[in-house]
Amino acid sequence: MTTLTVNGIGRTVSSTPDTPLLYVLRDELELNGAKFGCGLGQCGACAVLVDGEPVFSCITPVMLLEGRDIRTLEGLGTAEAPGPLQAAFIEEQTAQCGYCIAGMIMRAQALLERIPHPGDDDILTALEPQLCRCGTHMRIVRAVRRAAQNMARASEAGR
Amino acid sequence: MAIRRVVFILVLLSVAALAAALVYAWHGAIAPINPPAASSFDRASIERGATLALIGDCRTCHTAPGGKTLAGGLAMPTPFGTIYSTNITPDPQTGIGLWSLEAFSRAMREGLDREGRHLYPAFPYDHFSLTTDEDLKALYAFLMSRDPVVAEAPPNELPFPINIRLVLAGWKLLFFHPEPYAPAPARDAAWNRGRYLVEGLAHCGACHTPRNLMGAEIRSEEFAGGEAEGWTAFPLGRHSAARIPWTEAALNQYLRQGWQADHGVALGPMQPVVENLADAPADDVAAMAHYLASLGAPDGISPQATAAPPDASGQRPQSAGWQAAVSAPAAGESEGRLVFAAACASCHDSHRSLPLGGVDLALSTTLAAEAPRNLLNIILLGVPASDGHVAPIMPNFAASMNDAAMTALLGYLRQDVASKPAWPELPDAIAAARRAAAPSTKAGAAR
Repeated sequence: MTTLTVNGIGRTVSSTPDTPLLYVLRDELELNGAKFGCGLGQCGACAVLVDGEPVFSCITPVMLLEGRDIRTLEGLGTAEAPGPLQAAFIEEQTAQCGYCIAGMIMRAQALLERIPHPGDDDILTALEPQLCRCGTHMRIVRAVRRAAQNMARASEAGR
Repeated sequence: MAIRRVVFILVLLSVAALAAALVYAWHGAIAPINPPAASSFDRASIERGATLALIGDCRTCHTAPGGKTLAGGLAMPTPFGTIYSTNITPDPQTGIGLWSLEAFSRAMREGLDREGRHLYPAFPYDHFSLTTDEDLKALYAFLMSRDPVVAEAPPNELPFPINIRLVLAGWKLLFFHPEPYAPAPARDAAWNRGRYLVEGLAHCGACHTPRNLMGAEIRSEEFAGGEAEGWTAFPLGRHSAARIPWTEAALNQYLRQGWQADHGVALGPMQPVVENLADAPADDVAAMAHYLASLGAPDGISPQATAAPPDASGQRPQSAGWQAAVSAPAAGESEGRLVFAAACASCHDSHRSLPLGGVDLALSTTLAAEAPRNLLNIILLGVPASDGHVAPIMPNFAASMNDAAMTALLGYLRQDVASKPAWPELPDAIAAARRAAAPSTKAGAAR
């Protein structure tokens, strides 16, 4: 039994402690945002946030995660009420096959929490570990830029 | 009266000594020249210079991240402070455009700039001084035919008195005794070529030889291992910690492609070195391997045969199954073993050969090394993809592994996989490596 905090909610999981987080998320907690791509920590399709930092959930056993703050795509918004990054990714029509997008969004989320107004260099550097086979990179970069602008505007309006 | 006379004589002697020191330390400027046109150098010379510049790693230190090639400005951390590399493009104001061949050769051989100021030995003139006239001429032709770039290097950040360049005259008097390269007639041409490059332009000892408190290489301990930019530069030759002795073929392969299955992957400051050597002439790299192999191996170490990975048709594991499968640990096994099984085994136990699989950790020099620093750097920084070269990659685990998990993992790797005594003071080593790795993981470990 391992206790995890996923998207702010405490969950007790029965998978063995060496089970990769990705399998626990998808098979046990039915959070299917993170995807199995390469299984080797090389493509980024499985990226989630742990204490605000992106990690590859396919090579992260749950035994490392007790007491830590795990966030997945589902924690950023819903289909009805998408979060700012999710909305921007939809507006820019970033998805071709869409398989990499959850990981892209999670790594972009970590970037925007660290650098709210990223330059293109920041975006490219941050997303470098995330692979997209369809070649939608230009749209993805635009979406991150748009999300940053939208978030800045929203926080201006909220002042 | 007598005391006054003694004091007077002492003062006189000190003044004389100071004057002598100044005479020794003083070097005149070499007259500036009009920057020569790139077309004034012959093509063969430029091409030869380009390959020598690769072996000398010129661009590696003389290029800042994101900056123009050879335009300098790279911050080089030293135990004494930060030194910034200079612009060696032929810009007349900020580069070496006004330097004659004579001035360039004097810098390489004596560590003086055109105006006669002493250069810091972060510029390894203690090695470059071996370079032949002909090679200096080719290097000069290569550098002076580059596009000039206007770029002023930031001022060095060094404390007093090291910030006074005259002090370097004393350093040179103590530690710098250049001699022209003398071939060993009893050895073959490849050995002599290899030694010339290894000891000279390639300046291997600058990292792989330990340095004394004043930053000079300890010549009596040549290749006994050193340190560079937070990485251990492993001992070479008879000092080597390799599990399987290096052969000439293995050295050649490692230097050219950047990894070798029986030893490991070139990382940290060695990564740009092998990237340079990948483009250098094959026979020069082979000569370096030939010479390095002649340095010998530690006594008592015996070559052991390694089981070849299943590579024949039908034997290579199909990717999907192997990616998903981790070797399931039995109940009650150590935490380190569990972490390894879940986080590392899908590559390091995959039986896929390099660069597609992970290094065989039982053979890794990194695990056999005296200190855990390189292993920690690899875990914290990962192995970013190398631009334009086929090389292994590895994700970093800085965010997913806390210190306790890392301690457990290193304990397992060191004792159970490498069969070596535990590394002492692991928590301190982990904290130090995390501090050093933090800026680059924050900026994205991938360069």
